[in-house]
Amino acid sequence: MMAISKDSLKEWFSHFGKTLKYSLHCVVSPFDGFWDLTHEKRGSVRAAVFIIIMTVLTNIWKVRYTSFVFIRVQWEYFNMIMDMCTFLLPFFIWILSNWCLTTLFDGKGNMRDIFIGSAYALTPYVLIQLPMIVVSNFVTFDEGAFYEYFLSFSLIWCAFLFLASVMQIHDFSFGKALFSILCILVGMLVIVFLLVMFFSLFSDAISYFISLYKEISYRFY
Amino acid sequence: MKRHISGIIITFGMLLMATLLVKPSVVSADRDLFYTYTYDYWGIERESPDAYAMNSVITTNTFGIGNLNSAEGMFVKDDQLYICDTLNNRIIQLEYKNDSFSLVKTVSEITKDGKKESISQPYDIYVTDDDIWYIADYGNERIIAIDQSQNVTSAIYKPEDEETIDADFKFKPMKLVVDAAGRIFVQAQNVNKGFMEFENDGEFIGYIGAAAVQFNFIDYVYKLISTQEQREQMEAFVPTEYNNIALDSEGFIYATIGTYDESTGSADPVRKLNAKGNDILIRNGYFDPRGDIQYGAGGGYTGPSKFVDVAVLDNDCYYCLDSNRGRIFGYDFQGNMLYAFGGIGYREGSFKLPVAIEELGDSLLILDKELGTITQMTLTDYGKQINNALLTYKKGEYDESASYWEKVLKLNGNYDLAYIGIGRSLLRQDRFEEAMSYFKLKLDYKNYSKAYLLYRKEWVEDNIGYIFAIFVVLLLIVFIKNTVQRVRREVNEE
Repeated sequence: MMAISKDSLKEWFSHFGKTLKYSLHCVVSPFDGFWDLTHEKRGSVRAAVFIIIMTVLTNIWKVRYTSFVFIRVQWEYFNMIMDMCTFLLPFFIWILSNWCLTTLFDGKGNMRDIFIGSAYALTPYVLIQLPMIVVSNFVTFDEGAFYEYFLSFSLIWCAFLFLASVMQIHDFSFGKALFSILCILVGMLVIVFLLVMFFSLFSDAISYFISLYKEISYRFY
Repeated sequence: MKRHISGIIITFGMLLMATLLVKPSVVSADRDLFYTYTYDYWGIERESPDAYAMNSVITTNTFGIGNLNSAEGMFVKDDQLYICDTLNNRIIQLEYKNDSFSLVKTVSEITKDGKKESISQPYDIYVTDDDIWYIADYGNERIIAIDQSQNVTSAIYKPEDEETIDADFKFKPMKLVVDAAGRIFVQAQNVNKGFMEFENDGEFIGYIGAAAVQFNFIDYVYKLISTQEQREQMEAFVPTEYNNIALDSEGFIYATIGTYDESTGSADPVRKLNAKGNDILIRNGYFDPRGDIQYGAGGGYTGPSKFVDVAVLDNDCYYCLDSNRGRIFGYDFQGNMLYAFGGIGYREGSFKLPVAIEELGDSLLILDKELGTITQMTLTDYGKQINNALLTYKKGEYDESASYWEKVLKLNGNYDLAYIGIGRSLLRQDRFEEAMSYFKLKLDYKNYSKAYLLYRKEWVEDNIGYIFAIFVVLLLIVFIKNTVQRVRREVNEE
């Protein structure tokens, strides 16, 4: 077992802090930022995981703490796991599909780069939506346009960052990046289709063996 | 020994329980026979005390004139009740005095130009202030106005208007009202252009309040790309037909449409029309007035509520009658649902095929076409408190309104309108924080925002000194920090 020395811990945290801070740079200058992120090793998996965790938390806190003027939830029917999955599943399918297709398109990035890049692209979502939860409690319904504007702004920014991340990580031109994003989205649908088919076939197979077992047991008893 | 005693106790206990179970339980009529409910913010049914309780069921047989035969229409003027006994070709007038009905007269023959004529299948009747009866004489394809001695004062036949009325159109009036100026509004069979409007002297003016044409988008696109021949074979997009009409105390027309379809959504099943025929019904409730919000297919009754009649009270509350599930839906002037009650069945207070609803004093009268009965339901204490609260709020007596709402709340803790009503009156009294808590409880975000806006303003005004002080302190800190840094740098440079 590896001993965790004080120095290695300190080293871990300083690297984490540095790479996390770099996400702020990525947000404001995405083209430059995403290039250096993977090519100059300015990002880290630990920071990427942290951003993803923060995004999930933002989603949950948003539902819980946003003023009821904007979001009203029927708590009896609220499922936190489902809420987390509605973000996490598409995100990881995106990464998978991204990796599958950009490999075909001569993309330069590997799975690690894609993961880090996609996670860093989520930064504005956390940066804007998290404070907006607090702000929502201090505005009225009529001032809601301002609130809604910020929310959509964060989403547009994220979308733009995703585009930039595909361009820079795989060294694509703008047109090629746009085309590959379209393909990635289609690829996501294919993956979902395969998953659903796999599960349904799997359950059919299981039920087949169960009925086989039953028939045999009836035969003998 | 101990075990023995406990055995005896258990035996006695079981005997006691058995007697309780066997003993016929007496149900109080106003509590267990009905199910009155409201909807909360989420559209979930919430049980409520009865706002209207079963009072009596009237059959005309008790007056020695035989039962009603497929009666279609009913009208109430002061304490007089007029029933259109459609297939018996007569009008029955009853009087309501001292909590009981008595027969005044039945009319089946009229005198027109000195000759006796009979009424054929009267569908609806309206009685004006000067006691002129307007009868939709469905079988004779005309509308007649008769005076007290059954002389026809005027008669309206199929209007001569080539532009809007086909030559083979049969004028079959089904529902009618007469406004204070003597204009007659008629819903005739197979007319989908709105209500036919006639002048006092019987002259046809035109149509009013045509319901918007409903079509779904795919059909529309399909029609755009199809050829002329194909288009002719397709079903035409036609406006929806009204099925009933009522007047409120201010002379506005309330109209119902029986063919509400949730998928298209916008064909509002109840409308309030102004003189131009525009829909001016206020729809500020959680849901637009359309009867049941959640419905299954229980008991073979599927689909949304089907409104067949509406009765408007003096306080601008209106009651819509749903013939699909035999329910009555009460709405206030803001379009909030007050309560719903009734049902399909043979019990007192249930209906088989309700067709008309009218208000008589504190009661609602519901005419059942199939059973040939009129059910009288009377306002309970709970219903009275709600009405009082609404009335006082409308008058601007907010404190009084709140005190009524508090009484309602004691009877029904699930009543959202009561919380919001109290919140509103607190808001008027400048008690913003308390008002906010009431609005928040019932997720009324619009009123909450109103209260919060004022609360925030008050808070800022109260604390402007502190806010300013904090601001100044922050500025000072920044200034001092900068100065210190500059001085340090200068010292270091030297």
